[in-house]
Amino acid sequence: MAQQLCINQGECHTGKFIALLSLGGLVTLGALFAFFTLEHHGHILTGMNNQIVWGLPHVFAVFLIVAASGALNVASIGSVFGKQVYKSRAPLSGMLALALLSGGLAVLVLDLGRPDRLIVAMTHYNFKSIFAWNMIFYNGFFAIVGLYLITLMDHNLKAWTKPIGFLAFFWRLSLTTATGSIFGFLVARAGYNSALFAPMFVIMSFAYGLAIFLVVQTTMYSWNGLTLDLAIRRRMKRLLAVFVGASLYFTIVFHLTNMYFAKQWEFERFILVDGGIYTTLFWVGQVFIGGIAPLGLLFVKRAPGEHAISFTVLAALLVVVGGICQMYVTIVGGQVFPLKMFPGHEVQSTFFDGVVNTYNPSIYEWLLAMGGISIAFLLTAFAVRVFKFMPQDDFSAMQMRRSTD
Amino acid sequence: MSEQFKQEGGENSDRRAFLKTGALVTGAALAPGVLLYGVAHSRAPEEGASSKVRWGMLIDTTKCGDGCNDCVTACNTENGLSGKTGPQDSQWIRKVDIKDLRTGYVQSLPMMCQHCENPPCVDVCPTGASMKRADGIVLVDRHTCIGCRYCMMACPYKARSFVHEPLTEQNPDVPRGKGCVESCTFCVQRVDRGEQPACVEACEANGHKAMIFGDTMDSESEISKALKSADSIEVRADLALNTGVRYQGI
Repeated sequence: MAQQLCINQGECHTGKFIALLSLGGLVTLGALFAFFTLEHHGHILTGMNNQIVWGLPHVFAVFLIVAASGALNVASIGSVFGKQVYKSRAPLSGMLALALLSGGLAVLVLDLGRPDRLIVAMTHYNFKSIFAWNMIFYNGFFAIVGLYLITLMDHNLKAWTKPIGFLAFFWRLSLTTATGSIFGFLVARAGYNSALFAPMFVIMSFAYGLAIFLVVQTTMYSWNGLTLDLAIRRRMKRLLAVFVGASLYFTIVFHLTNMYFAKQWEFERFILVDGGIYTTLFWVGQVFIGGIAPLGLLFVKRAPGEHAISFTVLAALLVVVGGICQMYVTIVGGQVFPLKMFPGHEVQSTFFDGVVNTYNPSIYEWLLAMGGISIAFLLTAFAVRVFKFMPQDDFSAMQMRRSTD
Repeated sequence: MSEQFKQEGGENSDRRAFLKTGALVTGAALAPGVLLYGVAHSRAPEEGASSKVRWGMLIDTTKCGDGCNDCVTACNTENGLSGKTGPQDSQWIRKVDIKDLRTGYVQSLPMMCQHCENPPCVDVCPTGASMKRADGIVLVDRHTCIGCRYCMMACPYKARSFVHEPLTEQNPDVPRGKGCVESCTFCVQRVDRGEQPACVEACEANGHKAMIFGDTMDSESEISKALKSADSIEVRADLALNTGVRYQGI
């Protein structure tokens, strides 16, 4: 069966494929176990509570959703901006975007207090809620990117690739804007309530999505015994560096703006100086591992060879780790910091007012979070196996284009 | 003639007596209803909430007893809450102790859903389960809440709780359920019967009288008069939510 499905690759590593599917399947089963357990016993088994209402599952879910829109960026550069190198990567980019979004959404849904009421969420819309808009954007993303993939794969529909590619580009920008606004529109909390969340999430999505794309692409080339063309590699490496740099820039502006407002000083002090794990995750995870270290790796001058590839992949992996740290600091860090209801007062209550809350995710949250990644992984592994997603570079055409430029 | 007059007079006096008794009986029958309507605007179950009413609460922190927890206990009893105070337990009302960091002045006050005119929880709810009644009471529709907890992220008062485990022995008037978000309802089941919220009743019963509940649109109501006579504030007034709960003495 697996042998028959392997239609697009030079060699069919059936054993490895089955091993990958089994690994992904096991992790997904773990997530399903966590889901059914929580469905039966309630969220009492999690580390989430009435103070930390969104925890580890949301960190991974939002990361995957943001990365999904970013992964589509590779296709957009091809379709919208006409870059040939990216055009040939559009199918892989679109498929990855759908797989990542599926993983992220699955975690969000499985963590709902009433997941059985998903149909309610699909039929009752409060249009003042950015969450409701997100549901429309997520569903629309599946439809539009699905259509886009069809136009890419069916030569008879080639004329539709550009207009649908344009639509997908604007849709994905709207989607990430709306995802960032989930936090930006929270007026009450010191950690959120900033219009910067929308553009910051867009630029971060570029970095996270491209990083995941580069890891998947390199793995595919390596499994097929191929080496990515040096010029393409350099181009994508530089693009990742630009996105990582831009993400750092937005992070700096966000915190600088906060530091200018006296009412935000305590929150900034918490995140940047004495917030314990959150301060560590910000400086070591988000800034160093997710920003400075990958930039250093991407700009290392090396003769073309094995090292250059591994440096790019390592940088991409660091961007992913840094991205998850960023989401943890944003989502959990924003909640552990106490709400300021009475400025200038020391506050105490039985409901943990005025204290920095603690959050210790349980095994169930970890299982759900890992389930999101495993679903994206399974879909990617399967799709790459049965469809023609391997980038097909026409080097002679590229050469001609370069000489005419 | 005189007999006839007498008779007539007798008939007249009978009629007068009948009318007098009738009026007394009718008055006695109607008075409590009229009185209740005047106090709390109770309404028939089939009648919808009216936008001519805006229920509100005024809390005088100078009268709120330090260490007194009667409002919390009454709320728990009325709404079937366990009264436990772990991080995953529901608390619809809580006593908050605040200390001015510059002066050292200490106060104690009850904090609950502030029943905002522009509630952030209602704005962010994707399904519309978080909603505000025409009379200003903010509620959660237990049939359409999907348990996403976005309203809890949005509430500036941390007034909402998520039901973390299956519930038993609930109060039939106050249905609750695992996986849904809940908060103070101003004891809507009591208000609709023309009664006061349980916390207000308990505060009055213990003599503190720190809480006044009523229709803020009715200029003759106790709360309207109290609001007019002394300055009161909204917590997080900077957010311009026009809360239904106001405080004096902070």
